[in-house]
Amino acid sequence: MAESSFATRNLQPTTRNSESWRSFRIATWLGWQIESNWADPFLFAVYSIIKPLSGAAILVVMYGIIAQGNFSNPLFPYIYLGNAFYIYAGAMMTGVSWAVIDDREHYKTLKYMYIAPIRIPVYLLGRGVARFITGSFSVIITVLAGVLFLHLPLDVMTANWPLFFLALFIGVVMLAMMGLLIGSISLLLVHHVGFLGDAVASALYIFSGAIFPLDVLPAWLRPIGFIMPITYWLELVRRSLIGNVAQAFPTLAGFSNMELLGILLGLSLLFGVISILTFRFCDRRAREKGLIDRTTNY
Amino acid sequence: MASLAIETENLGRIYKIRGNKKEKQIRKELVALQEVNLQIEQGELFGLLGPNGAGKTTLIKILVTLLAPTTGQARVAGFDVVDQPQLVRPRINMVSGGESSGYGLLTVRENLWMFAQFYGLSSKEANRRIEELLTMVGIADRMHTKSSDLSTGLRQKMNIVRGFLTDPEVLFLDEPTLGLDVGASRDVRRFILEWLDVPPLPGREGREPALSGAKGEGRRTLLLTTHYMVEADELCDRVAIINEGRVLACDTPSALKQRLQRDALFEIETSPLNGLSAEALVSLPEVRKATLSERDGGATLNLVLVEEAALAGVINVLSQKNVRILKLSKREPTLEDVFVDLVGRSMEEMEKVGASEQ
Repeated sequence: MAESSFATRNLQPTTRNSESWRSFRIATWLGWQIESNWADPFLFAVYSIIKPLSGAAILVVMYGIIAQGNFSNPLFPYIYLGNAFYIYAGAMMTGVSWAVIDDREHYKTLKYMYIAPIRIPVYLLGRGVARFITGSFSVIITVLAGVLFLHLPLDVMTANWPLFFLALFIGVVMLAMMGLLIGSISLLLVHHVGFLGDAVASALYIFSGAIFPLDVLPAWLRPIGFIMPITYWLELVRRSLIGNVAQAFPTLAGFSNMELLGILLGLSLLFGVISILTFRFCDRRAREKGLIDRTTNY
Repeated sequence: MASLAIETENLGRIYKIRGNKKEKQIRKELVALQEVNLQIEQGELFGLLGPNGAGKTTLIKILVTLLAPTTGQARVAGFDVVDQPQLVRPRINMVSGGESSGYGLLTVRENLWMFAQFYGLSSKEANRRIEELLTMVGIADRMHTKSSDLSTGLRQKMNIVRGFLTDPEVLFLDEPTLGLDVGASRDVRRFILEWLDVPPLPGREGREPALSGAKGEGRRTLLLTTHYMVEADELCDRVAIINEGRVLACDTPSALKQRLQRDALFEIETSPLNGLSAEALVSLPEVRKATLSERDGGATLNLVLVEEAALAGVINVLSQKNVRILKLSKREPTLEDVFVDLVGRSMEEMEKVGASEQ
């Protein structure tokens, strides 16, 4: 092929940082427009309150029956907080991965996003921010309800807030990267795979120590929980908020907070790298197979 | 050295098609493009003309970096579409016709503003261009309407504005008037020509045009696919006729039509054909091509004759079949005739064949 005269010019279209920032910023704006658009603000607020409270109520009733109403057992705050913060897992994993389905199938804009000078992984992460915000409402409401009505032993004066916010930040980024991993796989699935984020989040619910310590699981299933960063993240969140009560359970009792943070950070980085590599692979395969704009007209 | 906006070399694409649940083991291959060699200079309005399924959209998808070719290479604005997509993308845009893409929950302005942001335009400049372009396509009064409330035609106009908004160096329009009524199609064609005449807008934030300094400095290039002959004839500097994935001819519309200048072209409107086939007419001496288009209560025959005298034989056959001639006219060659000459069938017939094979 003949080399054109301008092919070798050293072009700087825009810097990677500015491209990434505008991808994230506008995707966040778009995600929020979509997320908050489905109903009027009043209904949206009602939904945001009722949904998490209903989820928590089911768990509380189940616990009440099994524990015969013994809410002073340290297991209760362990379960309650694990369940409350696990809301982020579903929100982030689905929020990021759903953007692929939504743009490709529903709005039919994924191809236009693809040919725009943006960074698609960053765009997808930006689309997940809205779910993080609505997820945060749910988490706050659930925790508040626990403190106000169920005597959850959370003392704002003694909680380790720096550890909490640091763990929360790492955890949310880690969950977003897991969402990117699922979104990348969604690129290759020519089916309506909107359930994928929820399905993965639900499957990991059992193995993350959200509602019971990992020791309850058969020994051969425990390694799944130990390689999931969510397990360490939930442990850190519990420890930072309710301290010694959380450490009463044997699974991770031998680890200090710093050790847990180190493991969480290491596993999060590992999952982040896996997510990016998976995206690159899936992106290339999707372009080879012509799947970027394929719709199933579900 | 030529300043090429688009260049392809032996470009090919094969789709692997899986069978249904019963035929899982059967994998079919569909050759969508084969050995496409095109050189489109900057500043050209280049048309790809062919029936549905000819490979036009596949070619555009490869050029805009959405699809990887199976064989060959392609460069857009000087950059390889497979190896350098990140350098191609800031310089291009695309509009696909006949679809209802866009975020229905956003207003027309919000939809367009959002895409402008992705290309690095400032809000002020984006809003100025949005207003200007919406006025040009005649939907400025719908700027604050949710795009879900727009008719198909108006939504298509919004999408056309989205493509032009970023003032790309190379713009790809895939059947831009598909699904539009006659008036809207005319508006769009006029808009395309106006846009090509307007000097390029100042470069957007941080972007240098890759094509400047060459022969057609800063000029916009447009690749248009269509299966409307008139559209290609009216708009394009050059046209490539494509069928079954192959480029059969590539030249200016007038040069393509020149191929048939020595022939005599006739259009005959008749009563129902009573079983008369195009093959029967082509078998007559000095009848080069014949296409039939039947409609309620009659038919239209388009004939390409080596000599006018051959018309007598055609009329004789029609008489034998008791087909009455309602109107007979000699006419100038069109791109449709060129297509028939190259393929042996009209584009309409090719689409029917393609549809029945699917």
